[in-house]
Amino acid sequence: MFDHPTHLPAGPGVGFKPQHYADILAHPGPVQWLEIHAENYMGDGGRPLAMLRHLAERFAISVHGVGLSIGGEGPLDPAHLARLKHLCDWLHPASFSEHLAWSTHGAEFLNDLLPLPYTAATLARVCDHIDQVQEVLGRRMLLENPSSYLRFAASTWEEPEFLSEIARRTGCGLLLDVNNVFVSATNLGTNPRAYIDAYRTDLVGEIHLGGFDEDADDVGAPLLIDSHGRPVADPVWTLLEYALAQTGPKPILIEWDNDVPDWPVLAAEAARAAERMPA
Amino acid sequence: MTRQTTFHDALRDAGRPVPPGLLDRWGNSAGKRFDVYRNNVTLSLIEALRDGFPATAALLGEANFWAIARGFVADHAPKSPLMFLYGDAFSAYLTRVRPLAHLGYLPDVAALEWQMRLAYHAADASPVTADRLTPETLLSARFGFAPAVRLMRSDWPVAAIRAYALGDGPAPTGGAQSVLITRPEYDPVLTVLAEPQAALMEALMTGQTLTDALQPDADLPAFLTLILQQNALISLISEDE
Repeated sequence: MFDHPTHLPAGPGVGFKPQHYADILAHPGPVQWLEIHAENYMGDGGRPLAMLRHLAERFAISVHGVGLSIGGEGPLDPAHLARLKHLCDWLHPASFSEHLAWSTHGAEFLNDLLPLPYTAATLARVCDHIDQVQEVLGRRMLLENPSSYLRFAASTWEEPEFLSEIARRTGCGLLLDVNNVFVSATNLGTNPRAYIDAYRTDLVGEIHLGGFDEDADDVGAPLLIDSHGRPVADPVWTLLEYALAQTGPKPILIEWDNDVPDWPVLAAEAARAAERMPA
Repeated sequence: MTRQTTFHDALRDAGRPVPPGLLDRWGNSAGKRFDVYRNNVTLSLIEALRDGFPATAALLGEANFWAIARGFVADHAPKSPLMFLYGDAFSAYLTRVRPLAHLGYLPDVAALEWQMRLAYHAADASPVTADRLTPETLLSARFGFAPAVRLMRSDWPVAAIRAYALGDGPAPTGGAQSVLITRPEYDPVLTVLAEPQAALMEALMTGQTLTDALQPDADLPAFLTLILQQNALISLISEDE
């Protein structure tokens, strides 16, 4: 059934921003592949799709969904699923990924990745939705771990085991966001290396890195916000090295979505990722 | 009520308590940690409006725009994950904000920006070239326009106000403007039409033939040159086809 396995190169990629279009084509530097947010390329035509068509001639493309609401209590939106299929059938991306999160409630799209309790009911629902996605798209998808700012009293699973069980039941792969691991571990007072140790690193198809903002909670404890608005933090680079020692070389993405820098700054972040790739 | 309904309702109404069962690292109620999600949703939607309505935002100024956008966001969540379609109701909302009643042009500026956004994302189309325009087909055919093409009629000099707000033109003068939106390639282009041309365009867009739509004072050669240069015309449909 899955004729399109992951073909992203095991090197650095960046989240594509339209303002970098000309620079990427002229001076890609270390960047070997690009990731797009699926929902930005679901218009009928115009510059977004024309740019994407040209980029896809030069670079492997990862389609990263941010609006499917895989963890939603309601059914997946069939119209949105059809749009994803249309995009993937047109683009033939090297990879498709989405999040362990929900973002739609009833008729409202909330434009954020909202958290889930790790329970048997969530597990069953998420697996049903992933089965549906993989069947409609005709490809294996990757599922990304979230950033957590709180935890649910109702949870009966730890996150790495929960993700492993989803992957076992659905056959999906995993997108390991190392920044999210660090943010969640800091916010919840857990050990990020223990997370990596418990995680199915053999199922990783892609790694994400991004920058976080620092805040504090009601009692002054550190509260890191997954803002994608600054360089990757030093402890996240260290955690990346720890993860790469277990995964081996992987496609590594730099996500920089807010206060987007000029191209040389982003390309330099990608180069830092390349330097850490195991031989 | 489902768990996500409770979460959603508290997310959208900061006056509600943090839902039960959401904890911090020590097992106490999540408190401010829940506000991260509230802020993410509210701020991301306000920023989407600011990015989508830059001239409207410039006319209001940063603080006023944020206050007004916050009110809109509270009442209007996106209806789709396609965020480039967020804000369709913003212009109508501005007409109902009482402190803005003296800025009668503002809703029209927002409406123009919305139409430009739709034009930006509209389907591509192959334009008709001048060699296909014989007098007979021109007069008897109905005109098919590119999906990006729009005509906006305003009681205000709306294109001039927008340009001024973006630092792209002088202080606006004059009254009503009719604005043709085209997309010759990838960027929407605004052209202010004189009234006879606007009436002609309007009639052609409703499917009238040129013979029926022609206005006495319309400068037809200039009009045809414009729509051809702007790649606005994509088909000529003869009555007998």
